[in-house]
Amino acid sequence: MKSTKDIAALLDEPACEHNKKEKSGCAKPKPGASAGGCAFDGAQIALLPIADVAHIVHGPIACAGSSWDNRGTRSSGADLYRIGMTTDLTEQDIVMGRSEKRLFHAIKQAIDTYSPPAVFIYNTCVPALVGDDINAVCKSAQERWGVPVVPIDSAGFYGTKNLGNRIAGDAMVNHVIGTRDPDPLPLTVQRAEIKIHDVNLIGEYNIAGEFWHVLPLFDELGLRILCTLSGDARFREVQTMHKAEVNMMVCSKAMINVARKLQQKYGTPWFEGSYYGITDTSQSLRDFAKVLNDADLTERTEALIQREETRIRKELEPWKARLKGKRVLLFTGGVKSWSVISALQDLGMVVVATGTKKSTEEDKARIRELMGEDTVMIDDGSPRALLKIVHDYKADILIAGGRNMYTALKAKVPFLDINQEREFGYEGYQGMLELVRQLALTIESPVWEAVRAPAPWKVKNKEKSLFESPHPNLLPQGEGAPTLNSAVSNIDEEASNG
Amino acid sequence: MADILKRNKALSVNPLKASQPIGGSLATLGFNRAMPMLHGSQGCTAFAKVFFVRHFREPIPLQSTAMDQGSSVMGADENVREGILTIAEKSRPALITILTTGLAETQGADVHRNVREFREANPEFADIAVVAVNTPDFTGSVETGFAATLTEIIRALVPDAKEAGTYPGKRKRQVNVLVNYMLTPGDLEALRDIFEQFQLRPVFVPDISDSLDGCLTDEDFSPVTIGGTLISEMATLGDALATVVIGPSLTKAAELLEQKTGVPTYALDHLYGLKANDALISALAEISGHDVPERIERQRSQLQDAMLDTHFMLGQLRIAIAADADLLNAFVDQVQEMGAEVVAAVTSCNVPLLARIPVASIKIGDLEDMELIGKANKVQLVIGNSHAVDTAERLGTPILRAGFPLYDIIGGYQKTWIGYRGSRQTLFDLANLVINFSHEEIPIYRSVYAQKPASELTDYPLSCH
Repeated sequence: MKSTKDIAALLDEPACEHNKKEKSGCAKPKPGASAGGCAFDGAQIALLPIADVAHIVHGPIACAGSSWDNRGTRSSGADLYRIGMTTDLTEQDIVMGRSEKRLFHAIKQAIDTYSPPAVFIYNTCVPALVGDDINAVCKSAQERWGVPVVPIDSAGFYGTKNLGNRIAGDAMVNHVIGTRDPDPLPLTVQRAEIKIHDVNLIGEYNIAGEFWHVLPLFDELGLRILCTLSGDARFREVQTMHKAEVNMMVCSKAMINVARKLQQKYGTPWFEGSYYGITDTSQSLRDFAKVLNDADLTERTEALIQREETRIRKELEPWKARLKGKRVLLFTGGVKSWSVISALQDLGMVVVATGTKKSTEEDKARIRELMGEDTVMIDDGSPRALLKIVHDYKADILIAGGRNMYTALKAKVPFLDINQEREFGYEGYQGMLELVRQLALTIESPVWEAVRAPAPWKVKNKEKSLFESPHPNLLPQGEGAPTLNSAVSNIDEEASNG
Repeated sequence: MADILKRNKALSVNPLKASQPIGGSLATLGFNRAMPMLHGSQGCTAFAKVFFVRHFREPIPLQSTAMDQGSSVMGADENVREGILTIAEKSRPALITILTTGLAETQGADVHRNVREFREANPEFADIAVVAVNTPDFTGSVETGFAATLTEIIRALVPDAKEAGTYPGKRKRQVNVLVNYMLTPGDLEALRDIFEQFQLRPVFVPDISDSLDGCLTDEDFSPVTIGGTLISEMATLGDALATVVIGPSLTKAAELLEQKTGVPTYALDHLYGLKANDALISALAEISGHDVPERIERQRSQLQDAMLDTHFMLGQLRIAIAADADLLNAFVDQVQEMGAEVVAAVTSCNVPLLARIPVASIKIGDLEDMELIGKANKVQLVIGNSHAVDTAERLGTPILRAGFPLYDIIGGYQKTWIGYRGSRQTLFDLANLVINFSHEEIPIYRSVYAQKPASELTDYPLSCH
């Protein structure tokens, strides 16, 4: 089990803006009124996309049983990450102190069956509480079978999902990164006229395969991504991350400790950016060229940006007309707010309010820069509060994490899922096309009218038939037969009166 | 009858089992204005919530005592009391269940004492039912967690006949129906319809057809369940004509109810297939004193007709089933009734029912076990949850999705499996899977002496015979 000192050290993140305020890390959750995951959840999210590793959850069934095979992340090849593995501890294991032994044999079983390049062990609450020494088990298993076995000590009660992300990042820095040098660049992909640079992305999860919208641009520019931590990554890629010339923190600050420690240990500079929206995508590409300080790269980057922006803006034109002026309530929990705001503003949409619960002061400053000083920032993410803001600010759509999806739908409010469970990829220039399609799909849908209108027999005045009279001429003079449209608008009026 | 093969490997691969707190939460969600609270760290609740949201596609009320490092080591009594108080103040539900997790049980929590302490300290919330249940995830499964929670709710909310003055048959048309986790909202609606045809009024305990059936309401948002068994109804169970209990896992709950109320129990294993539904209909005819309505007799003969139509596809079909015991038993009965063979039966944990399921052996294990046994026995069709889709793909067989969770289809939560009609639909679905799945054809043989047109000879490679 981690000591309180260990946890305090993880919570103290000098590179994180939150650190400067009194509530460092995240506030203590309140029993009976809390939402959100735990440290194990966070650690698993952060590393599960490493596709060829055997991910073993050490604990009783609830931790893995309800969560395996539950991520939107995609792999271009290996798919061992989709096989759920857990020690599924029983009462006997716990009472008789046999859980370490079970873990040891479990590691062997995973190696024998699947021959993975490495095994990751996620520690959970129960073994942490009874005092399993997973570091020792991993060490002796690695010595015995000659396969790297990495302990990720992520008991849920240590803290929040965010802490879990950091624990995961820490484990990579301490146990994996720096254990192998990158492959030499194959002759076939070398280009005489340009210099190929090695870079990393940190905190990019390739949800729904969205990074594949961006990856071809890297190839074109001659940027070799040694590793994306951790979307579509392989163990052998993570091992080489120390050799990058620059690291990019993608959007979320979840694994900021990795960027900071790589800078400390290897002197690698890093910058923060995002691939949501045209503006941010271009900016991120520019920043690579800037940090790499390569004039030729800068020139080629600008040309590529020019070409891509022109192309995508033309393709977006018809959609912009449909979405212009639509009002959005954005609730992402905060971390990606500013990035998505710029994407929506690119489309001419109006962001009426945004969530800032997890945003740092720096994030908030950026949001103000984008949205103006008097922008509404939401800290209370309870369903009731969100719905109130939707109504008060006449939002046309709520963009939030999947957790809020059914809250919105039950309240008959259009909704777009922006979190990791979603099924569509929005990154890069190309991702904007998917984003506008999904936005228009829900905002323009005919179902909203259908579900909001009362049943026809609930309307007070029953004489008004929805059906046209077959003999309109026989109606009394001065009163034409009601058409379907006029009948419906009458219903609307009466519904609002009643 | 069955040979029970215990777990013999250290690592569970592609788990079939979901945890006891999931089962306990599901039971709670079938009551009106209810809120389950898991006593553990926040993740316990977050995972359970995602599990249900993906299955039901509904917002799910579920809370957490949010244990952290300090309370995990030093004791979390305060978390339980504070959690109950917060929920009581914020949402004033009718029922709160406190369901323990592995973390709380390992630590040595005594939630029953915590509830007593809350009662003493907060008499102003005496109207809220608070029920604590031990549901650690290091033992049992969804099935046992559901049953344990239902038992405790009955213990807490159904008054003894002597004290309350209830007696069987005081309410001349009421029948209590204890339903296990495998009945879907669609099943319960169909079952209500069957009871009503006998002029009976069923009281489902619990009733997820009223709370998790995907219904739009006028209210924008509710922090607790909308619909489900009314807590007030629990006091009337003692006045019912009879209790029908569906699922062997609920035996203990049914015994307790009968002990408390004296209302006679009719126990049914499940409602899949001809025989099982015959048992139900016979019971209802007996309880109500009415003849079996013609409509039901017609549905029975429709099922018989479907059995004839589909036995060509289902006879001798080699089937693998992975499910908790009650559901496994139901499918075994239904497919054996059609002459199919269950060649791989896998379940999540050991319960008394397993011994009497009529198959050669049952493996307590995971989906990897089903895959290995299925492969060895040349399985032709898989019955399992959405996780088993990949397994079926690797086995090269079609899959009938059933159980928890079903996240890769829409409306799985609502499917009607029970009754003559539901059973008929299951047979159609199974037969269609068999028909539409490409099966091996006899390879073409071309005689060297044949007088087929010359063009055919050039189109196809010659046989090497």
